[in-house]
Amino acid sequence: MKAPGWKTLPAGGLITEAGNAVTYNTGSWRTLRPAVDKQACRDCLICWVYCPEGAVKVKDTRFLGIDYAHCKGCGICASVCPQNVIEMQKE
Amino acid sequence: MDRKIAVTGDAAAAYAMKQINPDVVAAFPITPQTEIVMNFSQYIADGEVDTLMIAVESEHSAMSACVGASAAGARTMTATSANGLALMWEILYIASSTRLPVVMPVVNRALSAPINIHCDHSDTMGARDSGWIQIYCENAAEVYENVIMAVRIAEHPDIRLPVMVCQDGFITSHTLEATDTFDTDTIRQFIGEYTPFYPLLDTDNPVTYGPLDLQDYYFEHKRQHSDAMVRALEIIPRIFHAFEKTFHRKYGFVEEYRLEDADIAVIVLSSTAGTAKATVDHLREQGVRAGVLKLRFIRPFPAKAICRALQNIKAVGVMDRSDTFSSRGGPLYSEITSALYENKQSIPVADYVFGLGGREIDPRMIETIFNQLLHIMNTQRVEQPVNYIGVRE
Repeated sequence: MKAPGWKTLPAGGLITEAGNAVTYNTGSWRTLRPAVDKQACRDCLICWVYCPEGAVKVKDTRFLGIDYAHCKGCGICASVCPQNVIEMQKE
Repeated sequence: MDRKIAVTGDAAAAYAMKQINPDVVAAFPITPQTEIVMNFSQYIADGEVDTLMIAVESEHSAMSACVGASAAGARTMTATSANGLALMWEILYIASSTRLPVVMPVVNRALSAPINIHCDHSDTMGARDSGWIQIYCENAAEVYENVIMAVRIAEHPDIRLPVMVCQDGFITSHTLEATDTFDTDTIRQFIGEYTPFYPLLDTDNPVTYGPLDLQDYYFEHKRQHSDAMVRALEIIPRIFHAFEKTFHRKYGFVEEYRLEDADIAVIVLSSTAGTAKATVDHLREQGVRAGVLKLRFIRPFPAKAICRALQNIKAVGVMDRSDTFSSRGGPLYSEITSALYENKQSIPVADYVFGLGGREIDPRMIETIFNQLLHIMNTQRVEQPVNYIGVRE
């Protein structure tokens, strides 16, 4: 798809379509990948609270996994995990 | 009802702001702009406006608060001078490229170092490429009228750029002048209700302000910004026309004074235009055909109007109240010579840097410039393109 030119874009660099960050994959920026030991996870969801990218997938009160299309590999989840079950591994 | 009042340039700016009654003013006081903020605060204390005044801790914060308020959907104003403007630098670009129509009276003052509180144009000239519209005023009446006009220019849907309304520190800002004022209702009708674009407070239509904008979109946004300035050149004359119809005051990008039959002319901004006009009157009595071209706008740069005004002039002196330290004199000199070059007008032009840090400029000094221009006209040669007037050797 061809990106819009300057004559049709909203002025001022505004994004007028709410929530379109989901179409912008930032996962390719990652050099370290959070690997989660799901067996040992206690579903406390502290990683979900701290993740700055909203890249922790959750259903109801259960931890489902990491959204690798958007996770930038910052490692905050690994450092806040009270169970120490998230390990940052080289991509 | 129109009324004549005695005001300083600062008081004229504050009085116009009172009649405009902006939603938000975020400002920090700095000499010689202080009286604008002081007078406007008094209007708030007296309940004459219902503006939200944000007293900030610096000019960087003042412009940041203006960006936030304007993005939220408020008609927003501030005011500053010199080092205060310099401290706003980062946010000046953010306000203009986010296309927020903030209106800011600027009281021109020299930049440090050495520290100096008096007039020159180094502050706003440094900001001339920050994407703001810049208007320069000769006296308190022009300050008053341009502040009103600036609101309509800034908020025009096809412009949407912030505007600086500049006046000379102390010379204009602290000198009492008789100034006609206009009826408040007529002013409010002229500027209209403010209709913000994509206000952040419109939660039914959420938008993102200031996202990361990389190789894929940034260039397009800057291209839009350039285009807005080009369009401003087309639209502002319509606003001059509307202003004249409403308030019976004629405006243009430039003001030509006794240029129609002139041989030589100086180009000048702000209060010095008055001194130059008086000098021209004096020289005319001696048979010297001299004239003045006063620039009211330098952003957008009215190249066509300047070239047209100079078409029969045989030698031009540019008076620059700031230096670029580039070895090529002041900023107006390089912009005017390049406009003339592009238009294939090969008039000899000399630059005269003057009045730095409030150094006095009097009719005798301007007469010296005109005498040099007569010599340049007769020889059609500019021996020294960049000259400094009024400095001790």
